Amino acid sequence: MPGEAEMRLRARLSKLAGMKLLQGTKLSGELERLQDQLERLRAEPSAEEIWTSVELARHQDRPYTLDYVERILEDFFELHGDRGRADDPALVTGLGSLDGRTVVLLGHQKGRDLKERTKRNFGMAYPEGYRKAIRAMSLADRHGFPLIAMIDTPGAYPGLAAEQHGQGGAIARSQAAMARLSVPTVACVIGEGGSGGAVAVAVADRVLMQQHAIYSVISPEGCAAILWRDAAEARKAAAAFKPDAAHCLELGVIDRIVAEPEGGAHTDPDAAAMLLEQGIRDALEEIDALDPVERRRQRRAKYRVMGVLASS
Amino acid sequence: MSSGQGRVDVEVESKRADEPVQGKAHPNTCPGCGSHYRDDELANNLRVCPHCGHHFRVRARERIDQLADPDSFVEEDAELRSADPLGFFDLRPYTERLAEAEIDTGLGDAIVCGAAAIEGEGCRLAVMDFAFMGGSMGSVVGEKFVRACESAAAARVPLVSVAASGGARMQEGILALMQLPKTVCAIEELHEAGGAMLSVLTHPTTGGVLASYASLGDVVLAEPGALMSFAGPRVVAQTTREKLPDDFGLAESNYRFGHLDAIVPRADLRPTLARLLRLFGKS
Repeated sequence: MPGEAEMRLRARLSKLAGMKLLQGTKLSGELERLQDQLERLRAEPSAEEIWTSVELARHQDRPYTLDYVERILEDFFELHGDRGRADDPALVTGLGSLDGRTVVLLGHQKGRDLKERTKRNFGMAYPEGYRKAIRAMSLADRHGFPLIAMIDTPGAYPGLAAEQHGQGGAIARSQAAMARLSVPTVACVIGEGGSGGAVAVAVADRVLMQQHAIYSVISPEGCAAILWRDAAEARKAAAAFKPDAAHCLELGVIDRIVAEPEGGAHTDPDAAAMLLEQGIRDALEEIDALDPVERRRQRRAKYRVMGVLASS
Repeated sequence: MSSGQGRVDVEVESKRADEPVQGKAHPNTCPGCGSHYRDDELANNLRVCPHCGHHFRVRARERIDQLADPDSFVEEDAELRSADPLGFFDLRPYTERLAEAEIDTGLGDAIVCGAAAIEGEGCRLAVMDFAFMGGSMGSVVGEKFVRACESAAAARVPLVSVAASGGARMQEGILALMQLPKTVCAIEELHEAGGAMLSVLTHPTTGGVLASYASLGDVVLAEPGALMSFAGPRVVAQTTREKLPDDFGLAESNYRFGHLDAIVPRADLRPTLARLLRLFGKS
């Protein structure tokens, strides 16, 4: 229903356009602002388009973290284990080279076939995964390596052992570790950005999101089960909480959308990887020049203003 | 039977009155032992069952009365209200749910913050209220918590947080999720300014609040029997089809697994916080 809001804006716009510019720049500023709003309204993804993104983000052939790693990084060396308890295959970390420069990579990893899916726990990390991520972050900071995080998870694993091992605290501490880093950090949502399990490793100087990725506070099914009391209403839920890239950009949650090949990243993983690599390179270039203290200040300042309050 | 006319059959009446309403117990009936209390009886005992020690939920203002020195609490940022950035509509509009919650609770959102003293030790208090939309964290809760951190740092006093939350507020979508890193960054800033944070987890503290600021206290305390899990027991049972232990996610099991510094019965909470505030004040 673009109708009502658009009509209201149009009415105000035509009224303003017809007025003599007595107030000079102030009025023309208002005019621009409304025109801008109208354009965004037209560009706003529809409920169908949002659901298409949900399906593409979860597509079984969609490239996963390691598919991008082998196309973007040279000489990737995977680092295993949280040095406390276990190695979590749902979240991979490692060292690699980008344009001849060493970077630390971390990302959720889903599996392609049933066996690997089970091994990777469908990309749902245990606290051990987040502790391994924290370990990789500290390593990056110690050696001045930029950190690249790829986000692709339905969420942190909701299991008995995961709770016993401190899932909530691990997610909180992973975010805190990212907030503390002095090195440049870039996060990219490449598939499902599912709730706490996603944001745990997505507190970055620049947050990119692929065109058909989703980033949300809860899964469409979970939201539908709670608010509609029917998981089958997932489409309605997704249309209501708007997890698509365009809305995330609009709300200031991400910094840039990375285009995908026509039809989605899975149709041409090589092309998708090239686009993603360019996005990462551009983002790094922007933040590389900044003083480390200033970079961290800007990162925190970005999160400081997130959210929308009623104007009083 | 003329002899029975005008007689009140007490037995029958009391039986009818005692019949439990299907599904929901009376809020003053103890889920632990079934004892029932008048409201003033419970209030006088800090809303702890005198019989079995079950800790009933405490509303934010009552919690502040329990913890802060009389008349020491000065509320801050009470005027903040939620917007509806997504135009969210499930079975009802979000704006309607907000208005209803405000009327029901008398609160602007699910957290009350301000300056206070506990046994004479100055601090900032940030107390959540589960009665306001399940204590869910949206933009207002995040913003008020961050301001409480900033206010604590500026006043050079510790921040005492009392959490009670079902998690992030779905109706604010991704912006609710962003309150996790937002509050986490605020605690980083508080810590860098030399400030301390004491975090108290009360029943329940789950989801996004547990996965952000509530877990990051310099000292983390919980009330007995408080559920503190990232995912709720129902979700875990459904996902894993595991039989969950009776103490799943409770403070007691979290203490055993090393996620808590102490479990503090409500009657000891005020003196315990005062003790910690004194220790942190001696740097």
